[in-house]
Amino acid sequence: MKELGNDKIQLLRIKDNGKPLLLPFVDNTNVKAGFPSPADDYLEEDIDLKKLLIKHPAATFIIKVTGDSMKDAFISDPALLIIDRAVRPVNNDIVLATVNGEFTVKYYTNYKDQIKLLPANEKYKPIDIVDGMTFSVVGVVTFVIVEPRKVNNVRPRRLQ
Amino acid sequence: MFALVDCNNFYASCERLFQPKLEGKPIVVLSNNDGCVIARSNEAKALGIKMGAVAFELEDLIEKNGVHVFSSNYTLYGDISSRVMRTLNEFTPNIEVYSIDESFLDLSGFPNLPEYALTIRNTVKQHTGIRTCVGVAASKTLAKAANKYAKKNAPNGVCVIDTEEMRKQVLTWLEISDVWGIGGRLSKWLLTYNVKTAWEFANLDKEWVRTKMGVVGVRMIQELNGVSCLELEEVPPKKKEICTSRSFGAMISDRLIIGEAICTHVTRCAEKLRKQESSAGQITVFIHTNSFRSNDPQYYGTLSIPLNTATNDTTELIKFAMLAFNRVFKQGYNYKKAGVIVSEIVPETQIQQSIFDTRQDRSKYNKLMDTMDLINKKMGRDKVRVAAAGFGRKWRLKQERKSMCYTTNINEILTVSN
Repeated sequence: MKELGNDKIQLLRIKDNGKPLLLPFVDNTNVKAGFPSPADDYLEEDIDLKKLLIKHPAATFIIKVTGDSMKDAFISDPALLIIDRAVRPVNNDIVLATVNGEFTVKYYTNYKDQIKLLPANEKYKPIDIVDGMTFSVVGVVTFVIVEPRKVNNVRPRRLQ
Repeated sequence: MFALVDCNNFYASCERLFQPKLEGKPIVVLSNNDGCVIARSNEAKALGIKMGAVAFELEDLIEKNGVHVFSSNYTLYGDISSRVMRTLNEFTPNIEVYSIDESFLDLSGFPNLPEYALTIRNTVKQHTGIRTCVGVAASKTLAKAANKYAKKNAPNGVCVIDTEEMRKQVLTWLEISDVWGIGGRLSKWLLTYNVKTAWEFANLDKEWVRTKMGVVGVRMIQELNGVSCLELEEVPPKKKEICTSRSFGAMISDRLIIGEAICTHVTRCAEKLRKQESSAGQITVFIHTNSFRSNDPQYYGTLSIPLNTATNDTTELIKFAMLAFNRVFKQGYNYKKAGVIVSEIVPETQIQQSIFDTRQDRSKYNKLMDTMDLINKKMGRDKVRVAAAGFGRKWRLKQERKSMCYTTNINEILTVSN
């Protein structure tokens, strides 16, 4: 444990042995001698991020998005998205779709067979899917991964 | 009951997955070295582009019709293939992956096979984006036939042979040369006996076939008659031999450059050995000139070196490969291809150390290899390599139109501008 101001922060070591990415709950690898840790009997399984992010491995893809049309839906510019093709889209899901041969990420709604793709930024207009357009939902966005240091145009608000 | 699930225009479909613009457009995929056509979309087939056609002879046609041309991207195809196979595996535990784009499934005991087959097909499409055709029948050979029939004649991509009429309909439609196991020569020979269709073949006199074609022929006939003789081969046998070879992008006569190619091939072989936890007791190096250029002087050099102690250590294998290479290499030829074969493969755990072993501390080298594999896995192939494999890669494949490795390399994933 390290003390940083008033926050207590536990350091978690990320093991990488080529196996799934695991975050151990308790890092007791440095215990050298003496009494065995009383926590040993309470060790849980490691956290597997892959298991959390990927429910259907054969049907899951990772993509990168740039641009700000979904900025109000936690999708920064840029962001990594987990796309699960095995999940059926329901209203208000964020989906990866193709419209006239181009990929786009938008909110999906389907009321009375009128499909609309909605942006999450007032600068952009909804897309109505009408006859004569080619359209398909590739998959549902199940997770958004953001790397704060790489995000464009977002700064902390100044203290008043 | 067996099902054969076969992906439609697999390589072309993989390319299209990440470029939906290409839906409905003609696509061809070229072989290693961009030499000839190895895969076509339906639109390219409709233009009359033949399998195996030489790429540069097609230039006009490609230009005029806006055909999209890709170098083969086996990293992508391999990953999409494994996704398809994993999806299929959800439908039955018993599956034989027959090739990169087709699998046999054991569907014995499943009710309502036409509907089940359709569910399989729709799920694979939904989960992976790849379209398939499914043929279901009582034997593997019949399932193959049903699949061919589905591809040509079934709008829903499914054909189930569950009645005598259906079997007759499929087999009378199927040309003899398209029967599984009957190649070009055999079908020509059968044509001289006026056997034109699978149906005519299936109804030949068994004894006559036994004397002319042996048990293999009889087995084929039984399979076509719905008697299953071929089991699913679920576990691929561990490889007895691993070969890595490539044609060069251009003719090469330089000893150093070919040596680098050999070292890189050894590196690949050693990686494969370590992956399947085995070691090789022999290494073979071969190099040869281009036999199609009949005006050039021709040479084919090969040499095998038995190893005292079986190994999967890249540095050690390279040492012996170079020994062999320096013996077989001859100055003054234009080389087209170089390759390495490792054989006499034994499990890592069963290595007998020779008393003449020149390497003292094998465990130290094992650690080195593990570390190298780990770094390369993390940082990308060949980040750490034996210096003999070189840095120039002048011998490298021509792959001018290769698409991204969308599913396996984080730096090449699909980017959507939104």
